[in-house]
Amino acid sequence: MKKLLLLLSVLVMVMGFSLAVHASPEEDRLVFRKFYEKRFPNVATEDFINGAYSIDKAGRENWEAIEEFPPYEPFMERGREMWEKPFANGKGYKECFPDGPGVAHKYPHWDKKQQMVMTLPLAINQCREANGEKALKYKKGSINDILSYMAFESRGQITNVVVPKNDSSALDAYEQGKKFYYTRRGQLNFSCAHCHLQNAGMNLRAEMLGPALGHTTHWPTYRSKWGTVGTLHRRFTGCNKQVRAKPFKAQGEEYRNLEYFLTYMSNGLPLNGPGARK
Amino acid sequence: MRKKSLQLVSVTRVISVLLACMLLVTFSVSAGPAAKDQSKAVSKDVQDGKKVAFSRKKGNCLACHMMAGGEAPGNIAPPLIVMKSRFPDIKKLRAQIWDAVVRNPESSMPPFGRHRIISEKEIDQVTAYIWSL
Ligand code: HEC
Ligand code: HEC
Repeated sequence: MKKLLLLLSVLVMVMGFSLAVHASPEEDRLVFRKFYEKRFPNVATEDFINGAYSIDKAGRENWEAIEEFPPYEPFMERGREMWEKPFANGKGYKECFPDGPGVAHKYPHWDKKQQMVMTLPLAINQCREANGEKALKYKKGSINDILSYMAFESRGQITNVVVPKNDSSALDAYEQGKKFYYTRRGQLNFSCAHCHLQNAGMNLRAEMLGPALGHTTHWPTYRSKWGTVGTLHRRFTGCNKQVRAKPFKAQGEEYRNLEYFLTYMSNGLPLNGPGARK
Repeated sequence: MRKKSLQLVSVTRVISVLLACMLLVTFSVSAGPAAKDQSKAVSKDVQDGKKVAFSRKKGNCLACHMMAGGEAPGNIAPPLIVMKSRFPDIKKLRAQIWDAVVRNPESSMPPFGRHRIISEKEIDQVTAYIWSL
């Protein structure tokens, strides 16, 4: 019976009716995870953090060769310098992040005071602005340096997003992100789920569509196509543009809520950033 | 279950290919000059339709469908072969291309007509080409 229910809910999800069903985030997560475990029974769940390479043998060999000389290393090095160097006012990131640089697993989280989803890039810029420094851009540039360093220092920490029960706005933000994920958009009329759920493991031309489980564990990521390291919201932008939809603002409410939902789906998976992709 | 119906499909495919070949032979023997003129007009649409179907900026059908002569196709969708047997009514084929969501609400095939991804004329051309496969 339990199995049947699970199967049903997986079906419901793939068919895109998930919005009509009011499941708790934890129920959503179990269905999400089971879906990929069922579709790819030979992949160890933890391996989904490697994206399409968890299911694409040929791509994986190429990727493993790239990881021998990680292309994101210079970014990490510059990020370490940023972390160590005080701002003009004498303070630095260390004061904003008293637990040290390895705190990526604490993001995104619900910020009760500001009543919004707080992400690591946003926290970095709030830190800078509070200390009289200019905010960094959210898709390209040196924000990726500091993020690469912090991601590396956070490796092995476990994704553990919480939707606090005592604040209904937190659940609203999660629901907004979920709705975003299943909504068709753009002239080509795709939802995120069409590519990464319904068609995960299939080829779009020569490109294998990766599973969404683990999509959030390895940011920022070096992409050969970009020739540099980029943020998660830059990737969201690209996936929106691909279907000829107008992308949303990096670190705007839509993408932050999307990140909140998507990262929750990967709860329990270890962080392995920065990543490298083709 | 899916496998079984796939097998079934492939059996019907083989049969329809055979049938199509036989038909072709009969036609080419019996077609008169009038029929030839018509087939010229048709083949112009078929040619243009192929360009629209293969172009990444237009149909980009190869992103998802295997099609004869197309390189590096995707495998999200069924291969486009023996279309006359699958769509005896060409209007239904055009409707599938115009908006796949009508037949399957969860379709990942873009609604080429409804969202004006390509023009009505191009849809006619693509339809003619696909029907020739
Ligand atoms: C038309 C297909 C398509 C749609 C729609 C789509 N994506 Fe993607 N996405 C891809 C492809 C192709 C890749 C690169 C291969 C891969 O990793 O899956 C990718 C990669 C990604 C990655 C990086 C994966 C990694 O391992 O680094 C993320 C994150 C992502 N997509 C999120 C999204 C989100 C969120 C949406 C909806 C806003 C979305 N995608 C919509 C096709 C799509
Ligand atoms: C992004 C994916 C995608 C693209 C691009 C795409 N299709 Fe499809 N197509 C599908 C899927 C999936 C199906 C299976 C039925 C459904 O879900 O609608 C399908 C079904 C079809 C069918 C019905 C096949 C049958 O035997 O039932 C035809 C005909 C077709 N597509 C033609 C085209 C043409 C022509 C183009 C380009 C102009 C095209 N498709 C582009 C995904 C796609």
